[in-house]
Amino acid sequence: MSSRVPKRTLFSFIGPSILALALVGIGPLIYAVWTSLHFFNLTKLRQVEFIGLDNYAHVLTDPIFWDAMGRTFLLLGIALPLQIAFGLGIALLLHQPGIGFLKTLTRLALVLPMATTYAVVGLLGQVMFNIKYGVVNQLLGFVGVDPINWIGDPANAFYAVVFWDVWQWTPFVALVLLAGLTTVPPEIEEAARLETRSWWKVLRYVQLPFLLPGLVAVLILRTADTLKLFDMVFTMTRGGPGNATEFISILIQRVGFRAFDQGLASAQAVILLVITIVLSQLYIRVFYKEVR
Amino acid sequence: MSARAPGQGRGLAVQAALLCLILIFCVFPFYWMVTTSLKTQLIALQEPPAWIFSPTLGNYTEVLFEDGVGRTLINSLIIAVSTTLLAVGLGAPAAYALARFEFRGKKDLWFWFITNRMVSPIVLALPFFLIVRHLGLLDTHLVLILIYLTFNLPIVIWICTDQFRAIPYDLDEAAILEGASHWRIFRSICLPLAMPGVAVSAIFSFIFSWNELMYAIVLTRNTAKTAPAMAVSFMEGYNLPYGKIMATSTLIVVPVLIFALIASKQLVRGLTMGAVK
Repeated sequence: MSSRVPKRTLFSFIGPSILALALVGIGPLIYAVWTSLHFFNLTKLRQVEFIGLDNYAHVLTDPIFWDAMGRTFLLLGIALPLQIAFGLGIALLLHQPGIGFLKTLTRLALVLPMATTYAVVGLLGQVMFNIKYGVVNQLLGFVGVDPINWIGDPANAFYAVVFWDVWQWTPFVALVLLAGLTTVPPEIEEAARLETRSWWKVLRYVQLPFLLPGLVAVLILRTADTLKLFDMVFTMTRGGPGNATEFISILIQRVGFRAFDQGLASAQAVILLVITIVLSQLYIRVFYKEVR
Repeated sequence: MSARAPGQGRGLAVQAALLCLILIFCVFPFYWMVTTSLKTQLIALQEPPAWIFSPTLGNYTEVLFEDGVGRTLINSLIIAVSTTLLAVGLGAPAAYALARFEFRGKKDLWFWFITNRMVSPIVLALPFFLIVRHLGLLDTHLVLILIYLTFNLPIVIWICTDQFRAIPYDLDEAAILEGASHWRIFRSICLPLAMPGVAVSAIFSFIFSWNELMYAIVLTRNTAKTAPAMAVSFMEGYNLPYGKIMATSTLIVVPVLIFALIASKQLVRGLTMGAVK
């Protein structure tokens, strides 16, 4: 279906993109590697000196870095199953025959959280989860729950982040899975429903194979997005209190721009990049073989 | 399916109740954002929060005319539109090449393009800040326009490659026999047919750029400050101006939401296209 073309034609099509991405993607990356091999503090720029792998040695043995990493994967481990469970429920609900108008309205509403500015979600978190003026505690009060210090208490701030992550991304999972459900040939689904009344069996043996590609994509994208997570947490908690919500991208930003240690932050960033690439390779190797 | 079985009425009622619950869950934060933006500081700090109050537009006039949020909205618009145009201009031909031409290293190139989307922006923010500061380009629109390409270009290439692959190759072949050049075929035949995909990728690229915060706070100070960065700068100090923060948030979010609702069919298609295939 495709053809060989002269190098010049090929380059005229694809060259500009490669150059642009090399300029803004690769160039800075090489510079980050250079920085990571130096003592490089923004407040002590006169003392920049080559220190080899010291920054890396520091990062690899630094409990703060690994705590942030662990926290990031803990967030993924808690939020993603919730998103998949709720998302699947919503998708099945929308897939059922029923009140068309209400279903259309819901499908429209599902688009909203995803499109919302991440920073605004965090600001909303500050407003709604405030211990005194927040509407969340007011609503909880109606069912007899005492006010909870969401943002200010290290034990709870993490769950405020989980809440917003679930709020913002469950709709995405729901829409992806709904699209998967519509790829099941109707005659197969109907035949299965005549065989069994158990929705679980239909889901497990008929629909699940059609949902797998979507689930894999959700897993990959959510992993990447959790490693990137910055805006919402920064505007809601700034990584605090203490370091209760200091996820990996927040940590690197703090070290680089609030502690001004660009050398150390660059080493952390390079290690994060390596982890990201290894993970995405792994995912693609493991899953895409099965799916395709 | 349409025959009414006994108990179906109850099933429908349960479905309706659940759907309403989902609707409220999705929409409530926006309701709270807008109502808070219409409260004076005194009402916003009421405890427990007030549901009924006399609304005022004071926060909006204040943020727009005294704090300069209007200017930051224009900055956001300039940056998001420029980077989107650039991403589509660069990405569409590249996507065409990936879909149509055979060449060595195509798979690796594809993987590299897509990996860019996976990389945490903080990885690039550190060196980009140092380079840009060295070049004296901090706080310019150009810098954000360029760095937003790191996530916009992969999205455009991803979605458009899919779209070009869906166009029958016979059309190209016929045109080649007529002696048309590849650029001519791209411009006159394939690009018009691929417009739906191009439009979806442009919408994504616009929304992602409009919403971005981290590069904006690292790379801008004043002149090129974007609206999300402006909203965050209200957060300093102890007595937070909740009404003003929510008014700014509303100004940022509402245009995107309207945009997303109008294009919701295409957006969902774009989101799921990559995911389901």
